[in-house]
Amino acid sequence: MSGLENDNTLVAESPAREAWRMFRRNIPALVGLAILTVIVVLTLYGTLIYSGDPYEIVWAPHEPPGVTPEFPLGTDYLGRNIVAGILAGGGPTLAVGAAAAAITMVIGISLGALAGYFGGWVDNLLMRITEFFQVLPALLFAMVLVTLFSPSLWTIAIAIGVVSWPQTARLTRAEFLKIKELEYVTAARAIGAKNGRIMWRVILPNAAPPLIVSATLTIGVAILFEAGLSFLGLGDPNVMSWGLMIGANREYILDAWWPVTFPGLAIFLTVFSVSLIGDGLNDAFNPKLRER
Amino acid sequence: MSGFLTRRILYGLMLMLGVVVLNFLLIRLAPGDPAVVIAGEMGGATEEMLESIREEYGLNEPVLVQLGIYLGNVIRGDLGESFFFNQPVAGLIAQRIGPTILLVITAQLLSILLGVFLGVLAARKPGGLMSAFVSVFATIGYAVPVFWTGIMLIILFASVFPIFPVEGMASVKLRDAPWYVQWADIAHHLILPAFTLAIIYLAQYARLSRASMLEVLGSDYIRTARAKGAAERTVLFRHALRNAALPILTVAGLQFGNLISGALLVETVFNWPGMGRLAFDSILRRDYPTIMGVLFFASAMVVVANILTDLSYRLADPRLRGRT
Repeated sequence: MSGLENDNTLVAESPAREAWRMFRRNIPALVGLAILTVIVVLTLYGTLIYSGDPYEIVWAPHEPPGVTPEFPLGTDYLGRNIVAGILAGGGPTLAVGAAAAAITMVIGISLGALAGYFGGWVDNLLMRITEFFQVLPALLFAMVLVTLFSPSLWTIAIAIGVVSWPQTARLTRAEFLKIKELEYVTAARAIGAKNGRIMWRVILPNAAPPLIVSATLTIGVAILFEAGLSFLGLGDPNVMSWGLMIGANREYILDAWWPVTFPGLAIFLTVFSVSLIGDGLNDAFNPKLRER
Repeated sequence: MSGFLTRRILYGLMLMLGVVVLNFLLIRLAPGDPAVVIAGEMGGATEEMLESIREEYGLNEPVLVQLGIYLGNVIRGDLGESFFFNQPVAGLIAQRIGPTILLVITAQLLSILLGVFLGVLAARKPGGLMSAFVSVFATIGYAVPVFWTGIMLIILFASVFPIFPVEGMASVKLRDAPWYVQWADIAHHLILPAFTLAIIYLAQYARLSRASMLEVLGSDYIRTARAKGAAERTVLFRHALRNAALPILTVAGLQFGNLISGALLVETVFNWPGMGRLAFDSILRRDYPTIMGVLFFASAMVVVANILTDLSYRLADPRLRGRT
């Protein structure tokens, strides 16, 4: 650290910077960030370094990994290149995961905020709806939605969002219930701020830390969901994805372990890195851990 | 107590009514003629078949009348007919709900018992090896796709250590064996699927009970128990665990729906003859009456599990018993 920066230490740090300072010291979280960066870069630019058509039959079926240099992870039951499949499948998996998480957060935060802020019958009604959605087994409900409205990347993301918002709604409601009693909210009301302004400009930013953590973990859950749907053959039939690779090769697992093992490892590493980041953010936002 | 139970059951019935209405709406919201949707796109239904479906479901009537007919049918236990199996849906599910309940409950018990045990061990030494193991294991367990764990276990136990069966629920060759041999055979088949399903939740319970125990172990009554010379095991399992159990129960109740979702994938991987397997097959065949029936029964299982959780809450915490 240079002397210049030391001069600034008396200036109050913004919460985001303080959180980042805590996050930077958390080794597992940094490992997670590193793994995720590698995965994202590979899915975005991997095809520039390693070109290969994931659908094309390029070699004999079930070539084991490490035997032919062109196909480092071997080939699948049709003789398709597994490395090419993993590189091509990453994009859709991550995109659906991120889109589904965004939809989950938008529905969950909106309903949770309304319930927590207004209370009374609004809260009652919205919480009954939330409970109703929690009774439906999420994956089964998502399967039904995707089948009825025919699978595409968008229907899958929407279906995952529609089934996973209740937890976010409950969390947001709890935060709003807590924060709306605080003095700065009363102060905002006293200067004549409207409900909408208080909800989205005053309370929401102060509820952000737990919601950011929850959004991170939601991405992980959404990726697992997408993988499960694709594994069952309910993904977008025109798009390669990691779950689809596992599902397609499932019948032959006793002949060849590699076509299912590597895409599964890719899913695991992605979700694992996302949850390490989520845990790291959780610790970084926790004032109790800050002094250590 | 009984007032509380009655209200919980009534509320559960309301939720189930909601599920029925949702099922009804889903079929109508799907693109295309509902009669064709009900007959199944794969079936290639004849015009007479479609006409009989329209008759049975009252599809030529106004929507509210249709909903009334549908509700009336469900209340009489008629969930429609599967045009693939040519059988009533309720009967199809009745054959398969047993294996699913067996799988889900075994996995739930396995994950709670093992998870709490690991968590308690870890809480004894917060900075110790066991604590670190529980944290790492919980993060890994959360990130592994359950169907992939199942496949990995099948590869391991089918080719490397062939000690567990990897498919189905019972061996065909034991069909005429005495009942206890058949039960043992089912238990043998149950080990891998139940363990696969339990892993994720096991990790979560371990982490949760570790945190919950650490909080409780700092309280005064634990110091008192230690001071009067109680054995460490008594302190941990009698005094501390009882008080740390409430958050575990809460999560166990909330997890039940996820457990059923997981069972769906695990049944598909291990060819377990339950509702999940049926749902998967029916979705591939576009057999909507069966899918909707499974959604109804799976939701009913969650409702029942929630009521049981609330009841066990009252058993675990005597302070709640007086309230209604």
